[in-house]
Amino acid sequence: MQIRTAVTTALAATALIATGMLVGTQVNLLPVDASSNAAAYDSLFKVLFSIGTMLFAGILIVLVYSLVRFRRRAGDGADGPPTEGNLPLEIVWTAIPAVVVLFIGIYSYDIYERMGGMAPLDHDAMHHQASAMIEASVQPAASQAIGEDQTSGERVWGGIRPIDGDVLPVDVTAMQFAFIFHYPEGEITSGELHVPLGRPVELRMKALDVIHAFWVPQFRLKQDVIPGQPTVLTFTPTRAGTYPVICAELCGPYHGGMRTSVVVHEPDDYLAWVQANSPAITNT
Amino acid sequence: MTVATPRDLEPQLQEPLQPAGWLRYFSFSLDHKVIGLQYLVCGFFFYLVGGLLAGAIRTELATPLSDFMPRDTYNEVLTLHGTVMIFLWIVPVVNGAFGNYLIPFYVGARDMAFPRLNAVAFWMIPPAGLLLISSYFLAGAAAQSGWTAYPPLSLTTPAAGQIVWILSVLLLGGSSIFGAVNFIATVLKLRRPGLKLMQLPMYCWAMLGTSLLVVLSTPVLAGVLILLSFDIIAHTGFFNPALGGNVVVYQHLFWFYSHPAVYIMVLPAFGLVSEILPVHSRKPLFGYTTMVYSIMAIVFLGLIVWAHHMFTSGTPPWMRLFFTIATSFIAVPTGIKFFNWLATLWGGKIALNSAMLFSCGFILNFVFGGITGITLAQVPFDIHVHDTYYVVGHFHYIVYGGTVFVIFASLYHWYPKFTGHLLNEDLGRLHFVLTFIGFNLCFLPQHWLGLNGMPRRVAEYDPTFSTLNQVSSVGALIMAISTLPLLINVVVTALYGTPAGDNPWNALTPEWLTTSPPPVENWSGEAPLVTEPYGYGQHQPAGPSSHPLTPAA
Repeated sequence: MQIRTAVTTALAATALIATGMLVGTQVNLLPVDASSNAAAYDSLFKVLFSIGTMLFAGILIVLVYSLVRFRRRAGDGADGPPTEGNLPLEIVWTAIPAVVVLFIGIYSYDIYERMGGMAPLDHDAMHHQASAMIEASVQPAASQAIGEDQTSGERVWGGIRPIDGDVLPVDVTAMQFAFIFHYPEGEITSGELHVPLGRPVELRMKALDVIHAFWVPQFRLKQDVIPGQPTVLTFTPTRAGTYPVICAELCGPYHGGMRTSVVVHEPDDYLAWVQANSPAITNT
Repeated sequence: MTVATPRDLEPQLQEPLQPAGWLRYFSFSLDHKVIGLQYLVCGFFFYLVGGLLAGAIRTELATPLSDFMPRDTYNEVLTLHGTVMIFLWIVPVVNGAFGNYLIPFYVGARDMAFPRLNAVAFWMIPPAGLLLISSYFLAGAAAQSGWTAYPPLSLTTPAAGQIVWILSVLLLGGSSIFGAVNFIATVLKLRRPGLKLMQLPMYCWAMLGTSLLVVLSTPVLAGVLILLSFDIIAHTGFFNPALGGNVVVYQHLFWFYSHPAVYIMVLPAFGLVSEILPVHSRKPLFGYTTMVYSIMAIVFLGLIVWAHHMFTSGTPPWMRLFFTIATSFIAVPTGIKFFNWLATLWGGKIALNSAMLFSCGFILNFVFGGITGITLAQVPFDIHVHDTYYVVGHFHYIVYGGTVFVIFASLYHWYPKFTGHLLNEDLGRLHFVLTFIGFNLCFLPQHWLGLNGMPRRVAEYDPTFSTLNQVSSVGALIMAISTLPLLINVVVTALYGTPAGDNPWNALTPEWLTTSPPPVENWSGEAPLVTEPYGYGQHQPAGPSSHPLTPAA
């Protein structure tokens, strides 16, 4: 009898784990992935979805089984067995969740680090290095603009800091009820965000009135834009296309209408867009 | 130690102030049972108000365009919906209603430690609630900045409505603190001689932990709201960036209360379920000691996780990491409680009546909400879904699928104690089926909507999300309809209900060891000493005769 119970339990656990992994990896609940962060995010999602399915299905099965198997039969006025507890069982179901959440915590830390989330936010060596590379690579007017930004020594309060490399800086201003994107590299101002495929983009975000939030579901990224506290968000677009930019923080009556688009261009198309929108043309 | 009773302390207070019959429910009664039912009925009234507001929200969201009400009205409605449901329905009912009714029985006392403070705490609620609702009509505009009232938005929306909102929440918070002080004093100081702490029914522990959270965190909310009102009235600059204020400090102080507020809504529900499951499965509560420790662990961890509401705000990386880990670990004590409840059911003799159906519905819904909660605790996951419908779905699984299901379970379980009549089981099962289907239809699709790009607190959305929003609105309609069987049940029971007897469930907890409804001071004789409130199966053969209705003299 003991052996039969043990075998049944083992088989049930195996079936549960297999079902969880199958559901977690095969059922897709997410929109397309269009940034390097999205790929990392999706692998985390699959793991959490698998574990969540196992836990939920397991508890559902035990609950329904109990309600059927241990239902009170008509005319049975007796009590159940006086079982008050079981210390080894308590230890098992304390230890297993502890191990699972520890694993999830470490894994999501790893994902967050891959996203660049653990890099210090304030002016650090990495940022100087990134700026220097930009200065070397773009025209003088742009590097001057970045230089000004740096000397102001403004504290960055939240967000994800850039990876090193050839970063495209964009100043984002949020207000009721619009985002304004300004490109220091070409002095372009736009109501839509245009970015080239494959190049890291650094959004330096400020709000004029109330708190807003910059969210692109296909990038799996969001950052509040806070009046008085500049924030930053870095990502690398990996899939060309047009995606929504959504304000995710309640900002007033027209909050639901505060949306625009981000267009991820092939590099050549992006250059064409920059040329078509540079101030020499738009200002005349 | 002697048992202090209200009669000993204030002998002149009892009779002259008590009107007879139903009128006492509209009086400044000092009887904990009257106050408990006052909380319950008052809370249920505001549940209907909050439900109407929810219906307005789901009607607006049935179509992608903002076409049902003006946009600023929509923001007023969502602000009032959240505030009413939290501060006027769930918190007063799981704490005030069942706490006041049950705790004196459970500790073997004749009333709460401070009966007059108790009545004051209740009578702060109706004026605060009416004030909040009336702000829409009287002040020209109700608050529009969400139940979170984040500045600077709350500084720029119409000031009168926001000030009334602050005043109302301050009153409700004050009421909550008075109640908590009373629960702590009653559980620790009014226990019947010979009754040890570790012999108390689990709901006492839940209320002790909850009350500790209330007294530790609610004053912080009061403080931050007073500062916010200074910013609005006196144009100070605590949270106004134009005057050098810091808006993120508000968020920290707000969530220092408002995350524990989740446990203030959920822990009492855990306690109530721990009372219901053993009775209807005829087994002792499994793992009493670990249940007590896990409540206290949740209380402690609940105080150090608030910034997980601010992962996308102005928070540095180390803070995001700390709050991810602290939040994840709440899953451990919470998981222990659910495994213990399943083990309580296992091998029992389960009567699947309305109280048990709602309790099992609670287990499923809360486990689902808990799993999505673990995902939300992970910074990289949260950065995508924060402030989206995924979060709306998640917290409704916790507060509605969790706590409100337990309120309904408790209603079916304790209604015979309150009135001496059993609620109708057929109507009760219909109520459960409609609620369970409507609830899941309403809130399950919202997770997908959030993952795919629908932010919360919007009156308009991308037309590609129409279908699932309509499913969600149909679910909300079914939830609204599900209230009817409950209301009919209460009316029918009042008119034609079958008498329940004193102890229809053959329960062992002390409130059942007296008449139903109980006399003014709970027991005609001395309070019984119940050292094994879950001693099912220990005195076989069991049956009605084995559970004495009157204590040994």
